[in-house]
Amino acid sequence: MAEHLMCELSVPGRVGVRFPDPDVPTTPLPEGMLRDDLPMPEMAEIDVIRYFTRLSQLNHSIDTGFYPLGSCTMKYNPKVNEEAARLPGFAFVHPLQPIETAQGALALMHQLQEWLKEIGGFAGVSLQPAAGAHGELTGVLIIRAYHRSRGEKQRTKILIPDSAHGTNPATSAMSGMQVVELRSDPRGNIDLEALRAECDETLAGLMLTNPNTLGLFDENVEEVVRRVHEAGGLVYGDGANMNALLGIVRPGDLGLDVLHYNLHKTFSTPHGGGGPGSGPVGVAAHLVDFLPDPVVGILEEGDEEDPPLYGLVHPSHTIGRVKAFHGHFGMFVRAYTYIRVHGPEGLRAISEYAVLNANYLLARLRDTYHLPYDRVCMHEFVLEGRWPEAPEIHALDIAKRLMDYRFHPPTNYFPLIVHEALMIEPTETENKETLDAFADAMIKIAEEAHTDPEVLKSAPHETPYGRMDEVRAAKALVLCCVADYAQKEPVEMEVGDREKTSSPTQPL
Amino acid sequence: MNIPPDLKYTKNDEWVRVEGSTGTVGITDYAQEQLSDIVFVEIIASPDEALKQGDPCATVESVKAAAEVYMPVGGTITSTNESLPDKPEIVNTDPYGEAWMVMVELSDPGELDGLMDAEAYEKYCEEREQ
Amino acid sequence: MYIPHTAADREAMLRTIGVERLEDLFQDVPAGHRFPDLALPPALTEMEIMAELQDLALSNETARELVCFLGAGAYNHYIPAGVDAILRRGEFYTAYTPYQPEISQGTLQAIFEYQSLIAGLTGMDVCNASHYDGATAVAEAVNMAYHNFRGKRPKVVLSPSLHPSYRETVRTYTRGSDVVLEGDGPEADVAAGPDALIPLLDETTCLVVVQYPDFFGRVYDFTALAEAAHQAGALLAVSANPIALGLLKPPGDFGADIVTGEGQPLGIPLSYGGPYLGLFATRTEYVRKMAGRLVGETIDNRGQRAYVLTLTAREQHIRRERATSNICTNQGLMALASTVYLSLLGRAGLRKVAELNYQKAHYAARGIASVPGFELWSEQLFFNEFVVRCPIPAAEVNEKLLEHDILGGYDLGQDFPGMEDYLLVAVTEMITREDIDTLVETLEEVTHG
Repeated sequence: MAEHLMCELSVPGRVGVRFPDPDVPTTPLPEGMLRDDLPMPEMAEIDVIRYFTRLSQLNHSIDTGFYPLGSCTMKYNPKVNEEAARLPGFAFVHPLQPIETAQGALALMHQLQEWLKEIGGFAGVSLQPAAGAHGELTGVLIIRAYHRSRGEKQRTKILIPDSAHGTNPATSAMSGMQVVELRSDPRGNIDLEALRAECDETLAGLMLTNPNTLGLFDENVEEVVRRVHEAGGLVYGDGANMNALLGIVRPGDLGLDVLHYNLHKTFSTPHGGGGPGSGPVGVAAHLVDFLPDPVVGILEEGDEEDPPLYGLVHPSHTIGRVKAFHGHFGMFVRAYTYIRVHGPEGLRAISEYAVLNANYLLARLRDTYHLPYDRVCMHEFVLEGRWPEAPEIHALDIAKRLMDYRFHPPTNYFPLIVHEALMIEPTETENKETLDAFADAMIKIAEEAHTDPEVLKSAPHETPYGRMDEVRAAKALVLCCVADYAQKEPVEMEVGDREKTSSPTQPL
Repeated sequence: MNIPPDLKYTKNDEWVRVEGSTGTVGITDYAQEQLSDIVFVEIIASPDEALKQGDPCATVESVKAAAEVYMPVGGTITSTNESLPDKPEIVNTDPYGEAWMVMVELSDPGELDGLMDAEAYEKYCEEREQ
Repeated sequence: MYIPHTAADREAMLRTIGVERLEDLFQDVPAGHRFPDLALPPALTEMEIMAELQDLALSNETARELVCFLGAGAYNHYIPAGVDAILRRGEFYTAYTPYQPEISQGTLQAIFEYQSLIAGLTGMDVCNASHYDGATAVAEAVNMAYHNFRGKRPKVVLSPSLHPSYRETVRTYTRGSDVVLEGDGPEADVAAGPDALIPLLDETTCLVVVQYPDFFGRVYDFTALAEAAHQAGALLAVSANPIALGLLKPPGDFGADIVTGEGQPLGIPLSYGGPYLGLFATRTEYVRKMAGRLVGETIDNRGQRAYVLTLTAREQHIRRERATSNICTNQGLMALASTVYLSLLGRAGLRKVAELNYQKAHYAARGIASVPGFELWSEQLFFNEFVVRCPIPAAEVNEKLLEHDILGGYDLGQDFPGMEDYLLVAVTEMITREDIDTLVETLEEVTHG
């Protein structure tokens, strides 16, 4: 049975949390500027806690099950990270405090910048971007500013391989760049001929996802970077797939000029049901002066007795701020903790075992599902979710059926260059038993697809909710509960009786 | 797949029906099938506006995709289908009839020569199916 | 540790794959750069890292030990215990974006509640599932208004009393576009009210942006500005403090077309500047122009009311280079925090917190103004933040206050040349009468003692 909304649970007069009465002499309220209604629920604390706890139980999550979403790196989020971020000495620091009173926070940010530089092979890092796409925007604006500083305004063309991440084209367009798509070659690498044809004096840069969204490390990466540089362009790295590269290879060593890290993927800060993320950007030496303003620097060197004085410094040719304050500090604490707990060997082990897990699953599934690019994969791989003998079955049906086996489905229908794509990223934190159970389920589903396709078409069956009417959602556009929270007693709602119930929500 | 013989087609899956010097524009049966259930249509072009070949004149959205509709030919818009945004689903049911999008007074009928006829368009659709 | 493999697991898996060693899986990586030695400190245990972090944390002074009169876009409010109890549920914080609605109804229904609460609070029809923060929400409003008119109206008028970091963020975001920003140049008069922006509106303007209360704490009625904007064919965006909306008229009442805001005051810790929450609400007619995720109501195939991400065809992964924004990750968990916060406070609690802020700020303002040499900068109505002119530079005042464990206000000289003697003071419900009296006494001492 569906959960009630708060506009149905609210009862006038109930209060969740009380506040003290004013302890100061009162000032008259500004009559003409007061609002006449405040549409907020009225619930006791237990009602609120029970409501959201019950909602939480309708979610699949890493803490409750395997989550092999390709390119999302749904690894375990260590609990110590959560404790660390909530230490009062971090959680209650105001971002505009005098720097002398925030040296612990600034020292942590400075150290994280240094570690990310070392891990990525870069000369400078900004922690400011709020998410991966925000880091991309920052990176492309840096590329734009770099060319303009050299009097090369005409460099506005950004090359994006067809195996790159989905946000790249929108990011480039938002930065005033023109997007040209590059095709992949039959081995899943960037097609060097296609690249050659685009290398001219309008080239601003290439956005490279490596390993790409097929999970493949580009075998010609050094050649690709060399050609772009020779044409005067820069190479942007989409670091969403860094979980394959920790201690394996540093993007900066391969010649990449700028790269964003996803702290919420590689460095285990939680995804939070869609955010917050954190997308620091690393740059090579020639781009350090263009980083967003400000970055954390050392204002006065320390000595044996005193630590250095950390503060905010302003890059000379900065593209400006990309958000208010200093970035998602709470995520920096978690990422710092994660890097510190691993050390250099531990970081390398993350990527080694992420790649081991992916190749193990690939080995277990390759005889059952078509593998369009047959190579050793990195941290993820892409299968086709279709068989000629089961024409009515699509990747979507396999995805939905996996839920009945209590697994979150892989990313599906991406990348676009594979038909009926199923993109699987197990991460390093899953054990062999979990991987085997998942492989067994995938093999069982393949069997069902041929013997009992209807059980896939109508899946999921075991979940609290079935397939959704997405057309109805997009047409009706009921986007909020428009009712007055104080209107009535809770309504009883029966399964399947939705049409007849007087709804507190209504179409726009 | 329905491909009326009397229309001209573009690679972006628009059709244009020419009567005298007036063209009527919409999207093809193939396009609506690729998009699946259409939930939203917005006509961007407005009457008396002069548009070039390839300028956007409408936006079409389904739950899984969005598509711009581009002018197959240039000219001055004479009318737009004002009732279409209220019933976007007719793009699925009657793409060549009730779901027309704009009418245009052609500025250069020569542009029609660059478009596909029904036979060429059918071949083009089949190629993409493979 | 977080990698569960035993040596036996590893060997068995390598055998299944058909390679001998882990290193064999990395043959595609250029040999010359493979397996670099990372100059990082060696690993610590959980116990050791917590000790190290506690040391770092203790070297910060915080709004808990200090009496905090600092605001300027981030505020020290009380967070009920129930908020973090819900945020700590692994089912919420270790879930991904709810792309699979059958097993993500918790997140989806919570966002639907968030959209409802914020739409109601701002007086708008619809609200998206959040942007990164208050600054980027304004930048997205600019982006939306520019695209709403298909680039034919390139001018955006920014109020000079919009938060300086928000204005700077808008400048960064619009670097690659044809948007022209006006209204907040060095010649702008920050003392003037919003109606001073009206002469800047014309047929090339797509948007005018103001803040409510503004950066200096002042509260204005925007009705005349909204009418002028609409007359010129432009939209009005208001960046609002959501706690103030517990008491004051919502921007929707003035005719605003877009309401953005920094949602941090709604149950989100200061956390040295983030993660916070970008509020973004608008009118029905612009729903398809709004960037960011949206949750809509529908039914599942069993007839149950349910929720899905909807209007996704506008988003970057489908429209690609034709999308108007690249936003994808939002502030989901922070939106949940604000939802639980508003649910716990409810109608009465939110109003009460807003009144406490108003009352204490006014008591503080009177007290500070009574100190010889100090005076209020503006007579305009304010909510919980106001500007005082000091007899000595604001930086010096703050230094001396800090010696008394008081975190003073924001030194406006940092952003506004000529305002070096001006302090922006914020007073929330966390401040007691005694704190305010101590502040007033300390100001008397430090400037005259």
